Amino acid sequence: MRKFVAIICAAMVLAACGTTVPLSDVPVTDASPKVISGTDANATGAGIKGNGVAPVDLGAGATQANAPSEARIVYFDYDSFVIKPEFQSVIAAHARFVKAQPARKVAIEGHTDETGGREYNLALGQKRAEAVRDALSLLGVSQTQMEAVSFGKEKPAMAGNDEAAFSKNRRAEIRYQ
Amino acid sequence: MRVFNHFFLGALLALFAQVSFAQFRIEVTGVGLTQIPVTVAPFRGQDALNQKISDIVLADLERSGQFRLIKVPLGSLDETTKPELTGLRQAGADAVALGSVTKLADGRFDIRFRLWDVVNGQDLGGQSFAVTSSDLRMAAHRVADYVYEKLTGDKGVFSTRIAYVTKATQRHQLWVADADGENAQSALASPEPIISPAWSPDGNQLAYVSFESRKPVVYAHNVSTGKRRLIANFKGSNSAPAWSPDGKTLAVTLSRDGGSQLYLLNTSGGEPRRLIQSNSIDTEPVFSPDGQNIYFVSDRGGSPQIYRVAVNGQGIERVTFTGTYNISPAISSDGRWMAYISRVGGAFKLHLMALADGSVKAITDTTADESPSFSPNGKLLVFATQLQGREALMTSTLDGKVKARLNGQSGDIREPDWGPFYKP
Repeated sequence: MRKFVAIICAAMVLAACGTTVPLSDVPVTDASPKVISGTDANATGAGIKGNGVAPVDLGAGATQANAPSEARIVYFDYDSFVIKPEFQSVIAAHARFVKAQPARKVAIEGHTDETGGREYNLALGQKRAEAVRDALSLLGVSQTQMEAVSFGKEKPAMAGNDEAAFSKNRRAEIRYQ
Repeated sequence: MRVFNHFFLGALLALFAQVSFAQFRIEVTGVGLTQIPVTVAPFRGQDALNQKISDIVLADLERSGQFRLIKVPLGSLDETTKPELTGLRQAGADAVALGSVTKLADGRFDIRFRLWDVVNGQDLGGQSFAVTSSDLRMAAHRVADYVYEKLTGDKGVFSTRIAYVTKATQRHQLWVADADGENAQSALASPEPIISPAWSPDGNQLAYVSFESRKPVVYAHNVSTGKRRLIANFKGSNSAPAWSPDGKTLAVTLSRDGGSQLYLLNTSGGEPRRLIQSNSIDTEPVFSPDGQNIYFVSDRGGSPQIYRVAVNGQGIERVTFTGTYNISPAISSDGRWMAYISRVGGAFKLHLMALADGSVKAITDTTADESPSFSPNGKLLVFATQLQGREALMTSTLDGKVKARLNGQSGDIREPDWGPFYKP
């Protein structure tokens, strides 16, 4: 028990480091393309509408210094959404922690390996996130405290296209907000 | 309108020919290609420009797969000259375009051209444009569109735009580029991923999924003003936006009621309406060109396959039957073809299905194809793939015989979506 508390405390410290930089308001600029009128020509003179694109910049990357703590990550087998027995204790520890703090919000973020399409992987990652959410719910955590979301294959934990990387990327991360 | 009655039945012996162009690597494979032999003279006055108008026109025409470029030394001809046809006939050209670029007093450029039918000695008309230097490429694409339409009878797509996404370390960018991949302009830069851009039917907006708020959220983004609107930001994941042909409805995938499920939203706002309800993954919706059906991906049969449902949610039919992983459907504007990605022996390959009879063929040699999208005239596909271990964008004719790698940004490049026809 004391070990679980230690794990959770460590996870909390790391999660606190992982806050993202708030996004600044999107600047709205009027860069409407000017329509150029055509000149008379020997044939069918015509102008060409410009194709202006107004750039929007959401700022630089957040400094994600936090290495993911093993204690808040649930790994999955290939093409699977089943929580393996070795992760039940991690989920139980988080459930106790969240239930003790009713104001606390938790995001469960599902991820996949890089095989396959982006949108389909987003749906697969959602299934993993919802599996962890439902396991927490079975242990008494309120749905209003949890949100299951997916990153699909967009944010791998480990680069590479071999099974060593894939097995680290098929995961759901429990992240406190 | 078919102008020529004798098309060149070329490339019979050219089982594998590669032509390297200034902007592209264009690969022509296969036998029995029917291509129109054509030549475009250097536009008089273009030597003073960075953008060689005739080179852009030639690269456009070649990439379309409909033309074979003939090299003929033409001297200094322009749109005011009638070309000497005998020499052109001997060189094997069926058509020639001649033109000029003149700098105007206000700093703009006057581009003029005329197209000739060499076989019949006929003047096929011409056009002129007055443009700023930043629109010179667009003017060249308009020239190529004119040539394409006069000689094939189909509308050209060279003056259309393609959206795509690049990823560099900590930086994801959504770009809007010309159909040849050039002239890319950044529409959005974000520290978090951007996926699934989709052009509105009027070509003014892009809907896409952005992870900037640490979850997938759907936005619609006016590309000329930069103004963005939240389309779907419900609890859970919001993804896979697809516009209806009239631009009034977006189909999206939401997990707000549990699982990835399909919903319809008015683009003007309001509550999402559930399209269908299932215990499986339903995602990647795309409207048929008549707006009456929605194609989508579902694992309801145990593996991801493509299905079709009426927009009222009735009559679900399975569309793909071969293989155990079929995703990312795209439908051609004439409703005849469905492009999609199928896993074959561990490789993800672009496939094309004739919807009339369900016949299927793979059209690439690559093994990591993603995100196919049709050109608005339905004659070309753009898709993402991997070449030498790097992400790349390619175009292909529907028969797979003419492919081109699009020039783009450095780094990983993905998620192409081909915009609608240019509207003057």
